[in-house]
Amino acid sequence: MEVLAYLIPISLFLGGVGLVAFIYTVRSNQYEDPEGDARRILSDEWDDHPKP
Amino acid sequence: MTAHLSSGTAACPGCIATPSEPARPIPEDVQIALSLPGIHCSACIATVERELNAHPGVEDARVNLTLKRAMIKAAPETRATDLIPVLERAGFEAHELDPGALSATQTDKAGRDLLMRLAVAGFASMNVMLLSVSVWSGATDATRDMFHWISAAIALPAIAFSGRPFFANAWSALRVGRLNMDVPIVLAILLALMTSLWETALSGEHAYFDAALTLTFFLLAGRYLDYRTRAAARSAAEELTALEVPRAIRLIDGTEEEVAVSTLNVGELILVRPGGRMPVDGQIVSGQSELDRSLLTGETLPVFAEPGQTVSAGEVNLTGPLTIQATAVGEDTSLHRMADLVAIAESGRSRYTSLADKAAKLYAPGVHILSALSFLGWYIYSGDLRTALNIAAAVLIITCPCALGLAVPAVTTAASGRLFRKGMLIKHATALERLAEVDTVVFDKTGTLTSGTPELTNLGDHTRTDLEVALALAEASAHPLSVALVKAACAAGIKPANVQRIVEVPGYGTEGEFRGQRVRLGRAAWVGAEQGVETAAWLAIGASLPVVFQFTDALRAGATEAVSALRRSGKDVILISGDTSGAVRALANVLGIESWVAEALPQDKAHRIQDLSDQGHRVLMVGDGLNDTAALAAAHVSISPASALDAARVASDIVLLGNDLSPIADACETAVKATKRIRENFRIATIYNVVAVPLAVIGLATPLIAALAMSTSSITVSLNALRLR
Repeated sequence: MEVLAYLIPISLFLGGVGLVAFIYTVRSNQYEDPEGDARRILSDEWDDHPKP
Repeated sequence: MTAHLSSGTAACPGCIATPSEPARPIPEDVQIALSLPGIHCSACIATVERELNAHPGVEDARVNLTLKRAMIKAAPETRATDLIPVLERAGFEAHELDPGALSATQTDKAGRDLLMRLAVAGFASMNVMLLSVSVWSGATDATRDMFHWISAAIALPAIAFSGRPFFANAWSALRVGRLNMDVPIVLAILLALMTSLWETALSGEHAYFDAALTLTFFLLAGRYLDYRTRAAARSAAEELTALEVPRAIRLIDGTEEEVAVSTLNVGELILVRPGGRMPVDGQIVSGQSELDRSLLTGETLPVFAEPGQTVSAGEVNLTGPLTIQATAVGEDTSLHRMADLVAIAESGRSRYTSLADKAAKLYAPGVHILSALSFLGWYIYSGDLRTALNIAAAVLIITCPCALGLAVPAVTTAASGRLFRKGMLIKHATALERLAEVDTVVFDKTGTLTSGTPELTNLGDHTRTDLEVALALAEASAHPLSVALVKAACAAGIKPANVQRIVEVPGYGTEGEFRGQRVRLGRAAWVGAEQGVETAAWLAIGASLPVVFQFTDALRAGATEAVSALRRSGKDVILISGDTSGAVRALANVLGIESWVAEALPQDKAHRIQDLSDQGHRVLMVGDGLNDTAALAAAHVSISPASALDAARVASDIVLLGNDLSPIADACETAVKATKRIRENFRIATIYNVVAVPLAVIGLATPLIAALAMSTSSITVSLNALRLR
C-alpha cells in the first residue's frame, strides 16, 4: 500500500493540471464562438501560412 | 450536421474564398458591431470577413457565428451605414448594433464566474469519485479513513467555493420567509457534508462527499445553461433596443442644434427632415409634406401635412422638411401613453407560472417533510441519532433535484439554440412554454405581414408614354411611392421621357414640362382626380384625364408560408389592422385568412385579444407598430420583427432577427416539442425518485447507489433534451 503515497499526490496533481488548463481556456476566450470555430477549421484560407 | 453543412455551402451567396488583404494598423479605431441573421457556414464567415476587410478604413473584422454577429475595428470616420451596403451587395442581411451595449456583455463576468465554479466542482468531483471508487471496491480500516479524509479535504473547500450561488439564493429566500428550489439543495449539501464528516471522524463506513460534489456539479451545469440562454437573449435584445438613436434638431433663433430628445421642452421649435421621425407631439409651424403614420395607426396611405396640423411622436415625415412646435414632450406624448397601456397589460402576464416553478412548489416542501419524517421515524425506532441523521441525509441527497434542475434548462437551451439558428431570439424565460399552448394567432398587417414598402400593381394598364413620363417625374423624388414606381418601371425596361423643369412640391408631388405641356405626378386632389381608397399616385399630362398608379404593400417574405403552416397545424389565424377595410380584405384574401378586422384602434386590438383570452383562447400576437404594443403585451405570447419599433420589441417575448416570417410556424412546433420534453424529463426524474427514495427511507441506500442513481438520471434527462436539436 506504500504505492498510495505516490499515487494520491499524482492523481491530485493531474486533477489540478486539468483545472488550470480549463481556467486558461476560459481566460483566453476559447468558448466565445464554438460554432464558428468548428466551421472555420473547414475553410482553406490561411492553410499555407498563418494569418498575420 | 454534415447534411446541413453541405447544403448550406451550396446555398451560400459567396463561396469562392480568396485571400484577403493584410490589415493596416490604424491608431485610434472605433468598434462597430453588426448583426448578421443570415450567416450559417464557413463560406459565409469567409465572405463577410473578406468583404469587410477589403473596405477602406476597416482594420480588422471578425465574425462570431454562434452569436451571428460581426465585430469590426475600423478607422474613426468609418460608419456602420457604409458597411451595411457592402454586405448587402454580397447577399447578407445586416443590422447595426450598439457597441456600447455589446461591450457590457463581452466582459460577461457573471457567466465566467459560474463557469469557474462549475469547473472547480467538476474537477473536484472527479478526484473524489476516484477515491470513492477505491472505497466501494473494498478499501477498509485505516486506508478507508485516509481516503475519506482526503475526500473531505478536497470537497469542503471546493463546495465552499462552487456552491456559493446556491447558498446566496437560499439565504435570500429564507430571510424573507420563503422556500425556493435552492433551500433543499443547500440543506442536502450541508447535511451530507456534516454527516460525512461525522462518519469519517468515527471511522464510519459511508461518506457522501462524492455525492455532495456531483450534486453541486450537475446543478451548476443546469444553472449555467439557463444563464447562457438568458444572457444571450438579453444582450441581443438590448442591442436591438439601441438601434434607434433618440436625437432631434432644435431650432433656436433660426440656428440648428442637434440635441437628445429627452432635453426638448414644450414650445420649442423642432426641425424634422424628410425621412425623420417626429420626436415629440406638436403642431406644424411651417413646411408642407406627407406623413407616414403606419407605425402608429397601421394606415398605409400617407397623410398630407400642412401648417396648423397636429402631429404625434412616432410619425415619419416623407417629403419636405417640417418645423414643428412641441406641445407635449417626454412622458406626456401619445407614444408614452401607449407605453402605459403596455405596463397595465404586462402585469397580467407575470401571473404565468412556469412548469419549473410548479414543480418546485410541489417539490420543496415534499422533500423536507419526507426527510424530516424519516429522521423522526428512525430516531424513535432505533433511538440512535447517528443512524437517523445518516438516513435523513441519504433521503435528502437522493431526492435532491439534480434531474429537476437540469430538466428545464437543458431543454430550453436546446430549443432556443435551434430557434436562434432559424433567426428567432427568445427574450423571455417562459416564452417557449407559453408559445406551446397557443391556439389562436393574431397578425398585424402593415409592417408585419407586409414589408411596409409599396409595390406597383397596375403597370400593364398604362400606355408607354404615360409610363415614360411618370418614370421621369418619379425619378426626381424620394417619396416611397415614387421609388416603387421607378423600381417597377425600370424592371419592365421603360426609359424615362425627356421631361424638363422638374420640381418636387413637398406634400403634393412632382411637376414638370413635357412637349410643352404641364405634367404632374402626385396626390389625387393636386392632379385633378378623385381620391380612392387604395394607395395610389395620379399622373396628368396637360389637360387630359388623370391616370392612376395603384400600389399595394409588398408581402413580407415567408408570410404566405407562415400563415398556411399555422392554419395547417389547426390554429385560428386572425388579421387585425388599423388600415382601411379594402386594403385589409385584399390581403386577407391573398393569404387565405377568413377572419379579419379593419380600422382597429390600438385599444380595440388589445380589447379583442382580451376577449379572445376570456373565451379561453391562448393568443399569439405578431405585430410591429406602436398601435400593436398594447395588444402584444396583452397576448399570451408575442412576436415582433427586428424592424419593429422599440416599444413593440420590448413588449414582445420573441424577436424575429431576419426579414422572413416563416420561422413563426417552426417556433410553435419547436415550442410544443420542447414542452413535451420538459414534461418527459419531469417524469424521468419522478420515476427515479419513486425507485430510489423507498431504498433511502428504509436505510438501504449506500453512497454507491446514490452516485449511480444521480448520474444516470441527470444524463438521461440531458440526452432526452438533446433529441430536440
